[in-house]
Amino acid sequence: MTKWGELWEKSLRDISVEAALKCLDDAGVDKVDSITVGTMSGGLFNAQEHLGSLVADYLGQRFVPATRVESACASGGLAVKNAYMEVASGLSQYALAVGVEKMTDVDGGDATFALATASDYDYEAFHGITFPGLYALMAVAHMKKYGTSLEQLAQVSVKNHHNGSLNPHAQFPCAVTLDQVMTSTMVADPMRLLHCSPITDGSAAVLLVPLTVAKKMNKPYAVITGIGHASDTIALCQRKDFAKLEVVEVAAQRALKMAGKTIRDIDFAEVHDCFSIAEIIVMEALGVVESGQGGPATVNGLTALDGDFPINPSGGLKSKGHPVGATGVAQVVEAVIQLRGQAGPRQIKNARTALTQNMGGSGASSIIHILEAR
Amino acid sequence: MAMHVARNWRETPERYRMEAAKCKKCSAIHFPARLICPECQGREFATVRLSGKGELATFTIIRIAPTGFGDLVPYAVGIVKMDEGIHVMAQIVDCNPEELKIGDRVVSQFRRINQEGKNGMILYGYKFVPDLGL
Ligand SMILES: [Zn+2]
Repeated sequence: MTKWGELWEKSLRDISVEAALKCLDDAGVDKVDSITVGTMSGGLFNAQEHLGSLVADYLGQRFVPATRVESACASGGLAVKNAYMEVASGLSQYALAVGVEKMTDVDGGDATFALATASDYDYEAFHGITFPGLYALMAVAHMKKYGTSLEQLAQVSVKNHHNGSLNPHAQFPCAVTLDQVMTSTMVADPMRLLHCSPITDGSAAVLLVPLTVAKKMNKPYAVITGIGHASDTIALCQRKDFAKLEVVEVAAQRALKMAGKTIRDIDFAEVHDCFSIAEIIVMEALGVVESGQGGPATVNGLTALDGDFPINPSGGLKSKGHPVGATGVAQVVEAVIQLRGQAGPRQIKNARTALTQNMGGSGASSIIHILEAR
Repeated sequence: MAMHVARNWRETPERYRMEAAKCKKCSAIHFPARLICPECQGREFATVRLSGKGELATFTIIRIAPTGFGDLVPYAVGIVKMDEGIHVMAQIVDCNPEELKIGDRVVSQFRRINQEGKNGMILYGYKFVPDLGL
């Protein structure tokens, strides 16, 4: 991946091609068999659809089959899954997955509108709810049910910003204090500004090849051994428990089963902390801790870089940024960097098995990958 | 973003009258109406109107609003557990949002929701207000 942020001088095609080239150079490959582009809404953010062809063209890969996939904020994870299927089906030997979102070509109101289309538009966004608002509804339910505290929620941001301060690609590579988080501008009670992931321009890319080919490339790599993908009701209010993300439970069970693992076999995870409460509910859904224990476990350091189950060593969506379609691919990139032992100051010791969890909307979709070092 | 008139007009039964669909096979109530019941796969439904009464299951106060809602800030949005057992999301108004609590009794009213653009359609629908038992 490349440096993320408000990249006013760069276009949608610039950032996608930069990330893709960095990936291809890393792999020593100059021609691919297919390209999958994960983007939430080129139409609303950039008045540009047809992104498969746009990226293939400007990447110098004319005539290569190019597909754009979308699952809101999980579009990136879906791009990786689609590239996996290209390889697994035998249609491609070199399958490139690119995730991208260029979000600052529109103003804040229009960006909020574009993101709100990932909700049930007629029954959620129509009533004036925002994405911070939807996750705030989950936070209030979680606080009521389990006694999760504002300090526990804030600690997620403190931890992720600490990790992000060690990641040169992060949009906000700076530490924040508990006090700064807890006194930042209120967005949707109890979600404050520093509980929320930012608006970001960014792209990330990974190349998938059959294992037999990877072995001959003489380059460091990691192996995808599990994929779990699930959907749920588009509207939050139609689920049975607002303090839970069943879509993540189901996707995790599928991914772990495919990999022949349990959550105890996982060394670390990159999860979709679009809002602080999301990381807490996701770690419970993955089975890292019991339901209701996500907050206390975060404060106790379980998920810190040097904890027993590090979460979001990259800085997560909070610090690294959240260019929605790029996020799921960037999670896989961080997993690969860690598994190759190339993460520098944020390197997790003895990282052999990683899990990435990408989420769409308020939990209407989730895609989980399990990766292993070789 | 302004939509074609039909986009809003066809939502009239749900937005103005809170019409839901009751599955003829398993009696599950769905709001909005569906063409197939996710509980039993039934495809025949009777139209029922929700009572509009229920209690607050969870809520938030929006301080940074999307386009078109800025004048209302701060305003509460909640998920209401209707007396029929299903959940509906809408604004909670005519109250001090800071004083709302989970479990509060509320009742729906027909209200103005938003206006599309400067000279666009005024959109109406349901909001909830505290149920004073009147
Ligand atoms: Zn039914």
